[in-house]
Amino acid sequence: MERQAALLLLADGRLPAGGYAHSGGLEPAVTAGRVADMAGLEKFLIGRAETAGLIASAFAAAACARAAADDLSDLETLAVELDARTPSPELRKVSRDLGRQLRRAMSSIHPHPLFAALGDAPHQPIVMGVAAAVLGLGPRDAALAILHENNSGAAASAAKLMRVDPFDVHAILARMTTRLDALAGQAAVAAEGAPGDLPSPGAPLSDIAAEHHRRRDVRLFAS
Amino acid sequence: MYDSSRHNPAHGPIGAMSARAVLSSELGPKGSSRIGTLRSDGSLVLRKSNPKGPEPLARRRPDVARVALAAGTAGPLGGDDYALDILVGAGSTLVLQEVSAMLVLPGLGGAGSHMAISVTVEAGATFVWLAEPIIAAHRCNHRHDVRIALAPDARMFLREEMLLGRHGEAAGDFASRLRITRGGAALYDQQIDFGPASDGWGGAAVLGQNRAVGSVIAVDPDWTDAVPAALPYDETAALTPLAGPGVAIGAVAPDSLSLRRLLIRGVNELAPPWAT
Amino acid sequence: MHDETPTAPQTRALRLGVAGPVGTGKSSVIATICRHLRDDFALGVITNDIYTDEDARFLKSEGVLPEERIRAVETGSCPHTAIRDDVTMNLMAVEDMERDFASLDIVLVESGGDNLTATFSPALVDAQLFVLDVAGGGDVARKGGPGISGADLLVINKIDLGPHVDVDVEQMVADAEKARDGGPVLALSRKHPDTVEKLCDWVREMHKTYAGGGHIPVDPGPMAPHHHAHDDGHTHSHD
Ligand SMILES: Nc1nc2c(ncn2[C@@H]2O[C@H](COP(=O)(O)OP(=O)(O)OP(=O)(O)O)[C@@H](O)[C@H]2O)c(=O)[nH]1
Ligand SMILES: [Mg+2]
Repeated sequence: MERQAALLLLADGRLPAGGYAHSGGLEPAVTAGRVADMAGLEKFLIGRAETAGLIASAFAAAACARAAADDLSDLETLAVELDARTPSPELRKVSRDLGRQLRRAMSSIHPHPLFAALGDAPHQPIVMGVAAAVLGLGPRDAALAILHENNSGAAASAAKLMRVDPFDVHAILARMTTRLDALAGQAAVAAEGAPGDLPSPGAPLSDIAAEHHRRRDVRLFAS
Repeated sequence: MYDSSRHNPAHGPIGAMSARAVLSSELGPKGSSRIGTLRSDGSLVLRKSNPKGPEPLARRRPDVARVALAAGTAGPLGGDDYALDILVGAGSTLVLQEVSAMLVLPGLGGAGSHMAISVTVEAGATFVWLAEPIIAAHRCNHRHDVRIALAPDARMFLREEMLLGRHGEAAGDFASRLRITRGGAALYDQQIDFGPASDGWGGAAVLGQNRAVGSVIAVDPDWTDAVPAALPYDETAALTPLAGPGVAIGAVAPDSLSLRRLLIRGVNELAPPWAT
Repeated sequence: MHDETPTAPQTRALRLGVAGPVGTGKSSVIATICRHLRDDFALGVITNDIYTDEDARFLKSEGVLPEERIRAVETGSCPHTAIRDDVTMNLMAVEDMERDFASLDIVLVESGGDNLTATFSPALVDAQLFVLDVAGGGDVARKGGPGISGADLLVINKIDLGPHVDVDVEQMVADAEKARDGGPVLALSRKHPDTVEKLCDWVREMHKTYAGGGHIPVDPGPMAPHHHAHDDGHTHSHD
């Protein structure tokens, strides 16, 4: 039977793992004047899902497949590959901070020895993949969970950053559901290959904006 | 993201060209570098050359191997399949220049073009690649694949620039992956996709309204303990240390000239011998 | 692996939360505690940012502790969430601090200034102070709320300002004691050394009880059912 409820648990923005403090790059994009309206927000979210989202979901799926097979030998390679796909040191740090937090939360919520085997500062997608495996979910679920969580988190931050009608924001999320399903499928297929062949779509403006954001004195979100 | 299943295979159309050029450098008996193999093929024309402009690392020295890549014809065109294999032999220094920008054009029947460049940089060797922009012309369908394998103590400097169409035209479908490994482990792996077959690249997370995107990657084993600090030096450009001993300077700009200027500014934020 | 195993009580530092509305003096209370107790206890401080790291900067500039013992957590402009619904970031900041400067006696956590309903989750702190000030008006204490009625100690700060803002400090303290069913209330001013001494005594006592295993963390409670008084005296309540 499909473990749908476990998937909802993992993808829920209310999972206490600190995600609410991040805007997924929306705040720096708004600050720089690159996102100013609903159309801009939608394009931003699509671009993010197609780049960082696809990478995160492919790595979550890959980690999940390996954890489910009880073979963690690739996890260090996955971390190195993910670092190589994240030029901004700030975004590498955010990914590892969120990963530690997710691991900390899951270790209390649903303890499992695999969490302890993830090293000092595991990336968020890798923890998400392992958490999915531990909950009996598959690679595609892991991919979908992180895509959804990252996407809805960034969208939710729009309410604090822009003049928006929350219905319009959720309308964007509704339009994106088919896309997220497709990306999760793509991620799950990619996860079957070697770590070096996982997708690597770059997002230059996200990397640049993340470095500017870190250096601003006043900000609402950590990233 | 570019969907490779929508990419038409690069063979079939009449007149499509397939070319495989080979280049290597080696360390000569007197300690200077020399060209080993220099094999042009079809449109990929390789020529021994002289210093062209400022050169990071090689600094216009006479004792390095210097080669220019010239496109013998326009293209690649849809259907073309090009390959360039480069070996920078142990201890040698190779500078690869390009004569002009590469204009990627559509072919008959919408077939895709492909260019694969693979570079191996052996122990103690230095590779400097001063590429000129790749222009993704309207309706092109091109996949660019660059793989670089560095020895742990190899040095490298490379620049890549991509333009979204010629002046005033919409870009064709384009995907370019640059993957660099060092001692077999991934150091940098980024793909840039744009064109009508991809989604989201025009949004503020990826390229925004910009028509030019590029980067400079510098790798130096001496940075193993202290890689240069991150520096977002312009609203649309940043110098970022990689997780290994390398930096990526990334920039987006409205046009080719301003992109080049941004990248040069980024390089000049590094100390010599990188800054020129 | 340090992240996984939550440290057992008593073998780790006493985690002391400081909450209260904006500007009532949370940072000042922490600075005071650090200044007076740093020779007797090994201390660390976590501040919660709303949109700047002002609090951490203030405490560092006061020089009350070595800078590395003052760390800021960014709360995505949700100070309430960070200390109550999703404490993971703060919890990890505390655990990291305890690990990096082992062994600490007390870690103070300053919440971002919020409203009267913001209190710490017992998952994050062992005990908490709630700080009001006289400048916020004499009737605030009477309004109650989980922080006022349930914190381990209610501090009414800046009593030196009482005469300037027309607040009868004694009355305010009496109201507060009533709202707290006799729970401890401390009238404080940094200009009155005797009140500062009382604050320090309370912290010392709390640490002693905690270290001896005698302190049972209490939850001031979630947002209590509350009512809104209308001008016509009619009230409605909801939960
Ligand atoms: N007169 C007087 N002023 C005080 C006292 N304690 C603090 N203040 C002042 O009250 C102001 C706010 O103090 P903080 O300690 O920054 O208050 P806070 O609760 O940390 O503020 P936020 O973190 O911004 O919510 C400062 O200007 C302090 O100097 C006091 O005992 N008497
Ligand atoms: Mg404060």
